[in-house]
Amino acid sequence: MSPENLNRSPDSDVGSLNFEETRLTLGLPGVECRGCKSGVKRGFSETVDLNLGSSSSAGDKRCSGENDVLDSAKPPAAKEQVVGWPPVRASRKNAMKSCKYVKVAVDGAPYLRKVDLEMYNSYQQLLSALEDMFSCFTIRNYLNEGKIMDQVNGVEYVPTYEDKDGDWMLIGDVPWKMFVESCKRLRLMKSSEAIGLAAPRTPPKNSSTS
Amino acid sequence: MNYFPDEVIEHVFDFIASHKDRNAVSLVCRSWYKIERISRRRVFIGNCYAISPERVIQRFPELKSLTLKGKPHFADFNLVPRDWGGFVQPWIEALIKHRVGIEELRLKRMVISDESLELLSKAFFNFKTLVLVSCEGFTTDGLAAIAANCRFLRELDLQENEVEDHRGHWISCFPESCTSLVSLNFACLKGDINLTALERLVARSPNLTSLRLNRAVPLDTLQRILMRAPQLVDLGTGSFLHDPASGASSKLKATLLKCNSIRTLSGFLEVSSRCLAAIYPVCQNLTSLNLSYAPGIHGNDLIKLIQHCRKLERLWILDCIGDKGLGVVASTCKELQELRVFPSDPFGVGNAAVTEEGLVAISAGCPKLHSLLYFCQQMTNAALITVAKNCSNFTRFRLCILDPTKPDPVTMQPLDEGFGAIVQSCKHLRRLSLSGLLTDQVFLYIGMYAEQLEMLSIAFAGNSDKGMLYVLNGCKKLRKLEIRDSPFGNAALLMDVGKYETMRSLWMSSCEITLVGCETLAKKMPMLNVEIINDEDDTAPSSEDLQRVGKMYLYRTLVGARKDAPWFVDTFIDPWLVDSGFLVGTLQGSDLLLADAAIMTYCTYGVHQAYPL
Repeated sequence: MSPENLNRSPDSDVGSLNFEETRLTLGLPGVECRGCKSGVKRGFSETVDLNLGSSSSAGDKRCSGENDVLDSAKPPAAKEQVVGWPPVRASRKNAMKSCKYVKVAVDGAPYLRKVDLEMYNSYQQLLSALEDMFSCFTIRNYLNEGKIMDQVNGVEYVPTYEDKDGDWMLIGDVPWKMFVESCKRLRLMKSSEAIGLAAPRTPPKNSSTS
Repeated sequence: MNYFPDEVIEHVFDFIASHKDRNAVSLVCRSWYKIERISRRRVFIGNCYAISPERVIQRFPELKSLTLKGKPHFADFNLVPRDWGGFVQPWIEALIKHRVGIEELRLKRMVISDESLELLSKAFFNFKTLVLVSCEGFTTDGLAAIAANCRFLRELDLQENEVEDHRGHWISCFPESCTSLVSLNFACLKGDINLTALERLVARSPNLTSLRLNRAVPLDTLQRILMRAPQLVDLGTGSFLHDPASGASSKLKATLLKCNSIRTLSGFLEVSSRCLAAIYPVCQNLTSLNLSYAPGIHGNDLIKLIQHCRKLERLWILDCIGDKGLGVVASTCKELQELRVFPSDPFGVGNAAVTEEGLVAISAGCPKLHSLLYFCQQMTNAALITVAKNCSNFTRFRLCILDPTKPDPVTMQPLDEGFGAIVQSCKHLRRLSLSGLLTDQVFLYIGMYAEQLEMLSIAFAGNSDKGMLYVLNGCKKLRKLEIRDSPFGNAALLMDVGKYETMRSLWMSSCEITLVGCETLAKKMPMLNVEIINDEDDTAPSSEDLQRVGKMYLYRTLVGARKDAPWFVDTFIDPWLVDSGFLVGTLQGSDLLLADAAIMTYCTYGVHQAYPL
C-alpha cells in the first residue's frame, strides 16, 4: 500500500495543489485506479458516461497511462484472469456476492420496495429496474441527467442514496462498485427538493468522458 | 441359482440397488441378463451422448427412474461454451414415443427447456420426482407446468441451476389437491415467491421432510412455516434477517425448540447475527450443516454456532472460518466424515483463506473424515504427509490452492511428496483433485498407488508426456480424467488408445495436443467421439499454435458423432466407416446428411495420412 501512495503523490500534487486536493475525503486506498481521482466523490454524469458499471475496465484503462509504475508493481492482476480458476461454480460466485438488499423509498409513495444491488452491473441497469418496479415512471434521458419522470403527475424524481457515512448523495457520484458497497438505502426524491444535494464536488472536467 | 424360477431370481435382484452390481449381475449368463433387463427400474447414464434413448428403452422396458448427465464437469467452471449441448428433449420424446411410464428424472448439467418441462409434466401420469442439478434453459414458467400438472409430485429439487425467474406464481400453481410433496428445494431461485401460496402448500403437505427456501422468504414466513411443519428433517432457510419490529425472531426461537427432527440445515443466504442464537437448540441434533452460502456468519458467531454442533457428519463452510475456526471444528465434531471449505473471496489475495494448519488440525481431530474439498491459500508437504498419516480413509480428496502453481512455502519444493503420501496411504481413494506446483513425480506416485482412483482432475501440473502416461498406465479403474493447462501432448494421448474405451471421458484443455493427434486417435478408435471445441473467445493463435487443440473432449459412445453439436464443436469421424457403408447402412434420413457434414468437417482439417479403404 505505502509504496503505491508514494508513487502516486508526486504526479497528483505537484501540478495542481488546490483546495479539492487537500480536503479530507472518504476515498479508499487504491481506488484511484478505478478512475476515481484521489478518492473525491464525483458527479453523476461523469461516472455514468464512463460506463464504469460493467467491469471498471474503462477506469483501469484510463489510469494505466498515468500509473504505469503502479500497475506493473501488481503481479496478482494477471493471475486473476485465468478462466475457470479457482474452480468455483459460477452460481456459487453469484450467490456469494449477491447479498446487498437495500430499501427504495419514493417521495409520496406509501410503500417501500427492496432491490438487490448485486443483481445489477451498472447504474443504467439499476435505474431501468426502478423504472419497472414503480411502473408509472419513465426514465428520462438518464444517461445525462439521472432523473426519473412520473408522467401521470408530471413530477420529476432524482434518485439519491444514503451512503455508509449517512450522507445523502446523488446516485452516480462514485463508480458503480463503490456505490454498491456504500449504499444503505435509496430514495427517489422530488427534484424540487433535491436542489443543492450532494452536487458534484470536483471541478467540471470535460476530458473525463473518454 | 438357475434352479430357481425366474420370478424368484427377479425377487432376489430387487435387493441389488447399486448400478454397478446390477451391471455385474447382468453379465453372468444369458438368463440373468434377461431377468435383470426386464426388472431394472432405475437406470443411470453418465453421459447422455454415450448411448441413444431408444437403445436404453429397448433394453430396460420397465424403466421408471432415469438419471442423466450432460456437459463435462469443467462446464461448472466456465470452460465449456454456453451452447455446447446436453439437451434432454430427445430423451423425453423417446420416452413418450415408447410409452415408458417414467416417474423419476434426475438431470445434471443438462439443458431443459420450458417446453420439455411442460411435455414431461403432461405426458407422464405418475411422475413423482424431478431433480435438476446445475441445469439451465428453463424458467419459472416450466416449473409452473410441473407444479400444475404433476398430481403425484413428491420431490422437486433444484440445485445450483441457472433459472430465469419470471417472478411468476409458480408456487401457487400447485393444485389444492396436491398433498404428496416430500421434498421441495428452490434455494437457487433468485426472484420473489408468493409467500401465502408457499405457506398453504406447506400446510397441506403432511409428508414434507425436506424444504429449502430461497432468499426471498423472510424470517417471519419461515417461522410460520415451521409452525406448520415441525416434522421437517432437512431445512434450508432463506433470509435470516432480524426485523426488531415484527418480533419474529423471538417467536422463531420458540418454534425451533419444537422442531427436534431437523438433522440437515442450510441456507442463511443473508443473516443478522443477533438471530443466530435461535438455532442453537437445533444444532445439537444436526448431522449436516451447510453454511457455504452464508458469508454473513463469521468470526465468533460462526465459532459459537459450530460449538453447538457436536454430531455433525457433514460440514460445508466458507474459508472465513479461518484456521482457528477449523481447530474448533476439529475439537467439536468428532463424527465428521465430509468437509468442504469454499473460498469466500475466490479472487481475493491473501484474505481470510485457510492454510495447511487448519487441515492438519481437522485430520488430527476428526478420525472418520473420508471426503474433503479444501480451498486454501497454501499447503506444505509436511502437512499433507501428516494428514495422510492421520486419515487414511479418504475416498475423495480435492485440494485447491488458490494460486494454482504455488510450491510448498516452507521448502519451496513442489508438492509431489505430499500428494504422494496421500495416494500411498489412502487405499480407497476414488476421486482426487490436484493443485500447487507439481512435477511428473506426483503422477508416478498416483499411477503406482491410486489403484481405486476413478476421477482425477489435473490443473497446471507436470513437465512432460510421462506424467500423463504414468496415470493412464497405472490407474486401472480410472473413468474420468480432466486435465487443463498441463504440458501433455500427442505422445501421451496416443500411447494407449485402448484405455479410453474403459473410461467414460477425457477432457484436455490448454495442453499440447494437436489436430493431427486427435485425428489419429479418432481413426484408431471408432467407438470414441473426439470433439474439438473451437472456443470463440480464444485469442488469435500464433502460427505454431494453429495445429494445437484448445479444448478436446473425448468419450466412448455407441451412437457415433452427436447430431446436435453446435458450430464450434467439431467431431472427428473415421472416414473409413462412412466409405465402407458402415455408417450409411445404419443411419437413415437426416442422419445421412449429418454424416456427410461430419466428413466435410473432417476434410477441412486435411487428411495427411492414407487410411485403409
